[in-house]
Amino acid sequence: MFADIPLLSLREAFSRQFRRHLKALMGSPADMANPLLFYSMVVTLFPLGLGPDPERLSAIAPGLLWVVALLSSLMVSSKLFDSDYEDGSLEQLAIAPYPLSILLMGEIAAHWLATGFLLAAVSPLFGIMLGLPAAGLGVLFYSLMLGTICLTLIGAMGSALTVSIRRGGLLMSLLIIPLNVPVLIFGTTAVSEAVIGGNPQTWLTLLSGLAMGSLALVPIAISAALRVSLDN
Amino acid sequence: MGSPPWFFRFSGAVVQWLLPITIGLLLLGAAWGLLVAPPDFRQGNSYRIIYIHVPAAVVALVGYYVMALAGAVSLIWRIKMADVTMRAAAPVGAVLTAVALVTGAIWGKPTWGTWWVWDARITSMLILLFLYLGVMALFEAYENKTAAARACAVLSLVGTVNIPIIYKSVDWWYSLHQPASIKFTGESAIDSSMLYPLLLMITAFYCFFALTVLLNMRAELMWNHREANWLQQMVRKV
Repeated sequence: MFADIPLLSLREAFSRQFRRHLKALMGSPADMANPLLFYSMVVTLFPLGLGPDPERLSAIAPGLLWVVALLSSLMVSSKLFDSDYEDGSLEQLAIAPYPLSILLMGEIAAHWLATGFLLAAVSPLFGIMLGLPAAGLGVLFYSLMLGTICLTLIGAMGSALTVSIRRGGLLMSLLIIPLNVPVLIFGTTAVSEAVIGGNPQTWLTLLSGLAMGSLALVPIAISAALRVSLDN
Repeated sequence: MGSPPWFFRFSGAVVQWLLPITIGLLLLGAAWGLLVAPPDFRQGNSYRIIYIHVPAAVVALVGYYVMALAGAVSLIWRIKMADVTMRAAAPVGAVLTAVALVTGAIWGKPTWGTWWVWDARITSMLILLFLYLGVMALFEAYENKTAAARACAVLSLVGTVNIPIIYKSVDWWYSLHQPASIKFTGESAIDSSMLYPLLLMITAFYCFFALTVLLNMRAELMWNHREANWLQQMVRKV
C-alpha cells in the first residue's frame, strides 16, 4: 500500500525540510531575536568590565566580537535538535528513505540563516560601537558569515551527540569549544589583519576552506551522532 | 581477538613480561637521564625534566590516535573489545597530557621565568587535554553504555580530524602574535649524549602506555564479567 508513494528527489527532500524549518523559525521572531540580544548584551559587558577607553576597546574588538559570536552560536546550537527529539520526529527522519545527512542539512541551513547569518549581519554595528576601524568592518562580516557556517555545523554535531542527555547543553559546549578553536583563530586573525592594513585574504580563504570542508564532512558525523543518540 | 576470555588470557601473558620490562626501562631511562647525561650548556641541570616532559607529550598525542583508532574499529566492525580499548586509553592519555603540561610549566619557570606561555605547542596540548576530558565526560553522561561507546567513537574521530587543523592554526596564531619579550630561539640540535636517554624514556613511556591500557582493559573485563564462569576459573587458577 505504501509502495506507490513516490520517492522524492534529494533536492526536494532537502528543500521541504529547509522550508518547513525556516517557516517555523520565522514564525517566532522572538526566538530569532534572542541570540542577537544575547550577543549585544555580552558585547556590552566588556566595556563595562574593562573600562570605556576607546583605544583599548578597539584593540580587543576583533577577538571580542568573534568570541561572543562563538558563545552565542554555542547557546543556540545546544537546543537545535531538542524539540525534534522530544516529539519523535527525529526518529521518523532516521527511518525515512532519504539520507539522514541531507534531511538534517535542510534543518541546519534554515537554522544558520536565522541565527549565524543574522549574527554576521548585525556584527558590524557592534564593531562600530567598540571602535573597530572601518577597514575591519567588512572583513568582520565576511569572516563571521563563513565562520558561522563552521560553528553551526560543529554545534549541530555537538547537539546531536548530547540531545539524549538530560541537561546536555553544558556538556555540549565543553565538547565543542576545542573543535571551534581553528575557526576562531582564522576569523579573528582575518579581522586583525584587515585593521592593521595587512592582507586578510589568506585568512578568509582558510576560513572558507574550513567552511567547505565542514559542509562536506560534518553532516556525516551529525547523522552518525544522531543515530547513536536515538539508541540511548 | 574479539572474545573476552581469549583477550584475558592473552593480556595476562603479555602483562607478565611487559610489567618488568616497563619498570626496567623507566628506571634505566630515568637514571641515565637524571644522573648520567651531562648538564646543558645554557640551562644547567634544570633541563633534565625533558626526560619526563617530552615522552609524556609524545605518548599523549599518540594515545589520542590509539583511542580514535579503537573507536573507529568498534564503530565499523562492531567489535566490543575495541570499545574497551578506547575507554581504557582515554584516562591514560588524559593523565599523560596533564603530566606534560605540568612538567612543562615546571620547566618553564626557571627557563623562561614564567609558569605559562601561550605558545603553539602548549596551547595545542591544553586543547588536547580538553578533547580527552570531553570524550570521558561524554561516556559518563550517556545512560545506555553501548550507545555511549559509539558516541565517544564518533567524537574522538571528529577530534582526530581536527587535531592537525588545531595545531596548525594555533601555530600560525602564535607566530603572528609572538610576544617580543620571550625569546624562543630555535632548538639547537640535541647532542647524542642527551638524545639516547630521551629515546629510551620515550620507549619506556610507550611500554607504560601499553601496560596501563592492558591493565585497564583487564580490570573492566573483570568487573563486567565478574559472574562469568570462565573468569572465575581463570582468576582462581592464578
